[in-house]
Amino acid sequence: MEKLLLLGAEAIAQGAIDGGMSGVYAYPGTPSTEITEYVQHNKIAIERKLHSQWSANEKTAMEAGLGMSYAGKRAMVCMKHVGLNVAADAFINSAITGVNGGLIVAVADDPSMHSSQNEQDSRFFGKFAMIPIFEPASQQEAYDMAYEGFELSEKLKIPIMMRITTRLAHSRAGIETRPLKLEKKLTYPEDPIQFVLLPSNARKRYKGLLGLQSLMEQEAERSSFNTYYPARNKSLGIIACGIAFNYLMENYPERKFPYPVLQLGQYPLPFSKVEKIVNECEQVLILEDGYPLVEEMLKGYLDKNSKIKGRLDGTIPRDGELNPDIVAKALGKEVKFGMKVPAIVANRPPELCAGCSHRDIYNALNETMKEFGKQKVFSDIGCYTLGALPPWNSINSCVDMGASITMAKGAADAGVHPAIAVIGDSTFTHSGMTALLDAVVENTSMTVIISDNGTTGMTGGQASHATGRLEEICIGLGVKPEHVRTLTPLPKYHDEMVQVLREEMLYEGVSVVIPRRECIQTLARSKKEQKVNVEEVVR
Amino acid sequence: MKSDIILSGVGGQGILSIAAVVGMAALENHLYLKQAEVHGMSQRGGAVQSHLRISEREIASDLIPEGRADIIISVEPMESLRYLPWLSKNGWLVTNTTPFVNITDYPDMKELIAEIEKLPHHIAINADEIARQVKSPRSSNMVMLGAASPFIDIPYQSLENGIRKIFERKGEKIVQLNIDTLKAGREFSESHK
Repeated sequence: MEKLLLLGAEAIAQGAIDGGMSGVYAYPGTPSTEITEYVQHNKIAIERKLHSQWSANEKTAMEAGLGMSYAGKRAMVCMKHVGLNVAADAFINSAITGVNGGLIVAVADDPSMHSSQNEQDSRFFGKFAMIPIFEPASQQEAYDMAYEGFELSEKLKIPIMMRITTRLAHSRAGIETRPLKLEKKLTYPEDPIQFVLLPSNARKRYKGLLGLQSLMEQEAERSSFNTYYPARNKSLGIIACGIAFNYLMENYPERKFPYPVLQLGQYPLPFSKVEKIVNECEQVLILEDGYPLVEEMLKGYLDKNSKIKGRLDGTIPRDGELNPDIVAKALGKEVKFGMKVPAIVANRPPELCAGCSHRDIYNALNETMKEFGKQKVFSDIGCYTLGALPPWNSINSCVDMGASITMAKGAADAGVHPAIAVIGDSTFTHSGMTALLDAVVENTSMTVIISDNGTTGMTGGQASHATGRLEEICIGLGVKPEHVRTLTPLPKYHDEMVQVLREEMLYEGVSVVIPRRECIQTLARSKKEQKVNVEEVVR
Repeated sequence: MKSDIILSGVGGQGILSIAAVVGMAALENHLYLKQAEVHGMSQRGGAVQSHLRISEREIASDLIPEGRADIIISVEPMESLRYLPWLSKNGWLVTNTTPFVNITDYPDMKELIAEIEKLPHHIAINADEIARQVKSPRSSNMVMLGAASPFIDIPYQSLENGIRKIFERKGEKIVQLNIDTLKAGREFSESHK
């Protein structure tokens, strides 16, 4: 078969397309964005008209994916780890409703928080929902698991979680593809009330889910993704989950392991394989790129002298992602030390792009706030969070999508005046609209700045649901039209911006200020593309 | 054969294009490849790196262990030094000397060059200047790949073929300019190593 050079995230997308998927639903979020973008640009996906447009947020994505599954078709939902918090209600309940067409929930975790607010481990959510979890070690496994995942989902009639971490999501390797499957035909669930979670039915469905657990374990027991490598030296055994297996292999080339190794790629835990390694080895080292989930399960709460080693006993650092050197140290192997970084090398943190509209907004906001005092600006998730860094130091919070508006409201209720929220256009339609409605209902005295750059910027410039709709949304939610003010954030309009911000901060009620100018990155890209198109015409 | 390469620079300087060309060249030679990139927040003007590994044999880790990289290719001089812990004792540091200054505490250039010259195997090249000379000022990243090419175990012709595939969509003129800059970088290294 054809060999493709793909990121781990892209391999999931290709596997799902080849596996007969009819649609993907997602909101962008590093490191998961590339899964959906790949489907958007894939030739077969375009020919088949697979659904791949962005959703407003992860919850709407999860629900739409479940709807496609209800109709008998195969669907995938993608998000970053914190996105699963947003989708959690639908996600947990989807295990109770079960599926009709195969459903894969692909979640990309970000240990070490390269581009995130926390490093939560989505396997806990998978376990919480009591569904099978796939955790690939390689790009090829990512492809294979997505390809085969729909069938397992349909066999068990429940959704499947696919969990990857940043390094696999954003690492490229060659993968072999498999024959393209047909899409499923539209069919309704056999039981017309399968998806009706009225208590009487939910109780039945939940018992069904509990009854399925042993079947899931049998599947994991015979899964080709859970491989036992026997070895003579039983002084140690190693359980390597997902990508941790690669770091283990790096230390023992050609898979020549001196100790027994269990490579783990499919959950729930395969009982007999885990029992074997724990029983036959004096100590067991657990390697997990995330929280110590397997370690906690095996260790037991009261056993302080446990033979189980890992993040909880300090063999491996408690936080942060794994790498080959951390694993080498845990194995007691000698680690090479390279040269030191010379002292003159300065930090180079990310920053707002030159010419970015957020810069002009923060300049105006800072000047306005001189009159109103410090620590009154709540912000949100996006490029504009960089306004927390020097030289701006403009914002005082960044917690979760949409929290700027609701936190400003709570602070206003407590007496902070003026309470300011700074939120991006895409974050606003993701989770800010209901927050604004709360403020409108109570006519809270606060000012919401929706910095509209016409895109989802931080993740690379995906379409924003807010584009062309912001004023209508705000007025529709009940903000008075005369207090929905639009500005053009450019240095030459600085004074005007300060003036408008000042007026709205003095207003006792909900006001929305929308500074609007296209993201400098998407602008440059569209100009470049136009140029290429012109050149193609000329040729 | 095996080459473990660290690519470094500042977000937006085009290190991923270097990786893409080497990736194409590796595929043409039926080599295994793994390449870990940085996406997301750091791409906004922050320090970025990519771990690029090519080998005849199956590659285990997506990340290069410390002290094992054969080459650091950097499109920016200060960034070349940030990844020294990964460079092996006999490894080559190949760096552009044109600084990208977007911070207020950027070090003194003379001290920076002195640090680079402390390394036993290094190539310091003004890639921006060379790119201008071959009239392709935006291809300094390909100058850097050319300058590193004598130390990468892949036939030079395959790198040219890689450029053809990656830049095909942008037209023959762009392809040729990138190949010219690749060549200019290689010639510099050949005469300075």
